[in-house]
Amino acid sequence: MTGIDALAARLRAEIGVRRVLTDRQELRTYECDGLAHYKVIPALVALPSTVEQVAAVVRACAETGTPFVARGSGTGLSGGALPHADGVLIVTSQLREIVEVRPEDERAVVQPGVINLQVTKVAGPHGYYYAPDPSSQQICSIGGNVAENSGGAHCLKYGFTTNHVTGLEVVTPDGERVRLGGPAPDTPGYDLLGAFVGSEGTLGVATEVTVKLTRLPETVRTLLAAFASTDQAGAATSAIIAAGVVPAAIEMMDALAIEAAESAVKCGYPAGAGAVLIVELDGPATEVEAQFTEVNALCEANGAFETRIAADDAERALIWRGRKSAFAAVGRISPDYIVQDGVIPRTALPAVLHRIGEVATEHGVRVANVFHAGDGNLHPLVLFDDSVPGQAGRAETVSAAILDLCIEHGGSITGEHGVGIDKAKHMPRMFSDDDLDTMQLVRCAFDPDGIANPGKIFPTPRLCGERPGRRQGAHPAQAAGVAEIF
Amino acid sequence: MAALDELTTPAGDGDTVCGVRARLVAAPADTAEAAALIRAAQGLSVVIRGGGTKLDWGPPPRELDLIIDTRRLSGVVEHAAGDLITVVKAGTPMSELHGLPGQQLALDAPAGATAGGTVAANASGPRRLRYGTARDLLIGITVVRPDGTVTKAGGKVVKNVAGYDLGKLYTGAFGTLGLITECVFRLHPAPAAAAFVRAVAPPGQAAKILAGQFAASALEVNAAPGAEPELAVLVEGTPAGVRERAAAIAALLDGEVSEQAPDWWDVSPWPDGGVGIKLTGRLSQVPALVATAVGAGATVRGSAGAGVLYAGFPAPNPSPGPATTGIGPSSPGPASSSATSTSASDSSPTAGSTGTGTSSPAAVSTGAGRSSPVSSSASTVSPVVGPGTGTAEGTVEAGRAIELLRAAAVRAGGHAVVLTAPAGVRETLDMWGPVPGLALMRRVKDQFDPDHRFAPGRFVGGI
Ligand SMILES: Cc1cc2nc3c(=O)[nH]c(=O)nc-3n(C[C@H](O)[C@H](O)[C@@H](O)COP(=O)(O)OP(=O)(O)OC[C@H]3O[C@@H](n4cnc5c(N)ncnc54)[C@H](O)[C@@H]3O)c2cc1C
Ligand SMILES: Cc1cc2nc3c(=O)[nH]c(=O)nc-3n(C[C@H](O)[C@H](O)[C@H](O)COP(=O)(O)OP(=O)(O)OC[C@H]3O[C@@H](n4cnc5c(N)ncnc54)[C@H](O)[C@@H]3O)c2cc1C
Repeated sequence: MTGIDALAARLRAEIGVRRVLTDRQELRTYECDGLAHYKVIPALVALPSTVEQVAAVVRACAETGTPFVARGSGTGLSGGALPHADGVLIVTSQLREIVEVRPEDERAVVQPGVINLQVTKVAGPHGYYYAPDPSSQQICSIGGNVAENSGGAHCLKYGFTTNHVTGLEVVTPDGERVRLGGPAPDTPGYDLLGAFVGSEGTLGVATEVTVKLTRLPETVRTLLAAFASTDQAGAATSAIIAAGVVPAAIEMMDALAIEAAESAVKCGYPAGAGAVLIVELDGPATEVEAQFTEVNALCEANGAFETRIAADDAERALIWRGRKSAFAAVGRISPDYIVQDGVIPRTALPAVLHRIGEVATEHGVRVANVFHAGDGNLHPLVLFDDSVPGQAGRAETVSAAILDLCIEHGGSITGEHGVGIDKAKHMPRMFSDDDLDTMQLVRCAFDPDGIANPGKIFPTPRLCGERPGRRQGAHPAQAAGVAEIF
Repeated sequence: MAALDELTTPAGDGDTVCGVRARLVAAPADTAEAAALIRAAQGLSVVIRGGGTKLDWGPPPRELDLIIDTRRLSGVVEHAAGDLITVVKAGTPMSELHGLPGQQLALDAPAGATAGGTVAANASGPRRLRYGTARDLLIGITVVRPDGTVTKAGGKVVKNVAGYDLGKLYTGAFGTLGLITECVFRLHPAPAAAAFVRAVAPPGQAAKILAGQFAASALEVNAAPGAEPELAVLVEGTPAGVRERAAAIAALLDGEVSEQAPDWWDVSPWPDGGVGIKLTGRLSQVPALVATAVGAGATVRGSAGAGVLYAGFPAPNPSPGPATTGIGPSSPGPASSSATSTSASDSSPTAGSTGTGTSSPAAVSTGAGRSSPVSSSASTVSPVVGPGTGTAEGTVEAGRAIELLRAAAVRAGGHAVVLTAPAGVRETLDMWGPVPGLALMRRVKDQFDPDHRFAPGRFVGGI
């Protein structure tokens, strides 16, 4: 019996026969996440339905030195949930209970497999919602959100997942159940909750999440402004921020992104626009009305040739439809594309967009820009045709050059999609060896044997040091399964 | 490597932490010098001193060789107004960051507090309801680890998920993981207008404000034995919006709109030498927490909107005179709070309580002034902390009061942490109380500071 067969037998006994998959055809379903060009078939998939079962699976992995990878809905865009060839994939989709909704405490407690939008749905009747709203919110899981510290269009005003999670139960890589934080703020001690959020499954499995519920705003106003160029739209964005307005969202799309959205969902944006801005304000009615007038004037002063104001929810949905469909929509105008995710200081926007245009032209590929303009989070879509020899390589080059630009301007290599497997190699460009080593001190505290999602985030894992009496298990340095996929 | 004696000076009489005197003091001027110092100080136990405003809070260090003073690490390195961020050295006074041109670092902090101290303590004040705490506003950080390694986390952009968010780990770590030398903060525009609404109202009324559409920036309670409890709300925004919302809140609470904060706003509810406790809990449990604390004889203040309260017991009076109030869970409960009525809304704002001071000298005396007469009128509260600070009776009573509040906080889903207590009482208390995840925390400490040299014994579980 191989190691995995023995593990499978143990897990079948502990969590149930139907919750353990080893059939290659079934395993294949889980070979990739949203970044589909990385594929690895896991050795085993576990589908626990209780927290105790999650702990049992992790304990079994810990005792046998088997790597494990948590997976929520598999929508991640950095290969974070890419399985390990010799490891266990722990899928949280059976952990879908909404444990409690307490509007009077502005909290809800949910299991990790609960879908993001579901939280808003259950809180809505009480007048509350869950603020972080990734575009994937209809399908992505709260556990995945926690692991990626996901943001959304409205995080400009409301912050990211990390600002909306106050408590977690996690199963640490040794199989222990630990509570971090709770329903109240400022839990004494190290903010391990803060360190866990955004750790991409490398510190353990989140098994219960306490989230803040936010009061639904009294008023929401949405404006679409069309400009001749991204320079003008960028100037309008800066003017809005300079005026002291913090909109709920400011999103920008350039001409190519508009073209794609038009052909996919017929969003009917103003013809001839070189860029559109979507600005949304929310809050108390009087505040919103006053600021809305100001935003409208600032757009016009910066060259908007047409502005549209959503009169109702239906018109608002129409304005957002173009933006929300943009990623998928570029499939209409290009057979293949790379979604990049990088951050720059907002004031560098015009310079960076020009440079992206130049780099794209130099390499003979097109780049469509869709992004969160308010916080400088770029999502350039590098378009290419894989059937044309050399294009894929050129697209890769342009995509990497965009990250260079982000780093040059003091930004970040990822604003919301995470490092995963895809950007681990870029980490040393943003952080020194000492910085990365310091992050891994935390890793060593949680996971000295390096079995939780090995090969992700860090290009070279740290040796956690000899510990008297401690067994040194399989080390991530042996992440051979990862090496094969390149 | 520079020798330790070139980088340090002998400690003076004032260089103590909770009565423990250091041997050496150093005040490095930049990150490189700080790193050289810490490398040279291997083997020494270290406590970091910012503004020193609250250095004596918390348990005393087990050992202390060297105090690292951050005040020379001072200055705004960058204020990128268009990007709404600022880069500051750790010793920069918070007061400099409250009024950047047109913008603000929206963290309440006492006069004299430094940016690094505020981050290290994850300190907060009333406006946390709207802006969050240091944890939410810190986007980048430079730290010198106990082994002298200089390390950065985060960056200069608000949105950034590259690698672990170590800024969160250093925030609230009280200098046990290393020396913070530089911080990058997210800023907010200075609001065009602001107003307070003050009302005599029980804490339960706070729920009405939260459920309404007022977008309050702060929602504070103030309650003391024998006095009517009060609520105060801060609204910020456009002039028209502020006027309208303030009027609506005033109508709802039967209160009055004021330009000025009440004199108790952001003022710790204990005087020098008193006992200060931080209480947290679920929002719906705030009224119960307030009632328990007031019942035990405490003055309670804090954010009913965030679920973070501060309870204060006055200093035990050394001479057995009248009106001595101490700690004792002997009051029958919140009912006693309506026995006498001292409405804060008719007390005039005091100079010095500007709404950002937790403990400026004027503010402290205001706090003490308020709590003493108020509690002396509460006949149901028996004076229990004896004539001397360290008496066995006083110590036992303090311990009992804290146990009571801790149990109440746990019922409310939160925690009770003793921030400060007089010498003699402090030693007998478990100041931090039980903490979930302590074993993991110890492992983190072991990784960063294997010899336990930074602030030994000052943090949770004796870390
Ligand atoms: C246990 C405790 C809990 C507290 N809780 C609150 C609270 O909830 N709300 C509130 O308003 N205030 C709180 N405070 C007070 C808080 O410390 C001050 O408000 C803070 O702003 C003081 O700044 P300072 O520069 O005077 O720091 P100091 O009083 O000099 O130091 C405060 C703490 O931070 C550490 N420290 C200071 N600078 C650095 C640095 N550069 N790098 C690493 N560590 C450093 C010190 O070692 C010390 O532990 C608390 C204090 C303590 C001790
Ligand atoms: C069309 C589309 C639009 C998107 N838009 C956005 C957006 O606007 N903003 C944004 O931030 N992201 C966006 N994403 C990315 C993605 O949806 C988010 O990263 C999301 O949080 C992933 O959730 P998931 O449940 O799919 O996680 P998965 O992809 O299954 O996993 C992601 C990572 O989380 C870890 N993980 C999952 N569950 C757990 C758990 N319980 N405990 C510990 N670790 C766990 C995995 O190991 C992996 O590292 C988008 C993706 C798509 C496909």
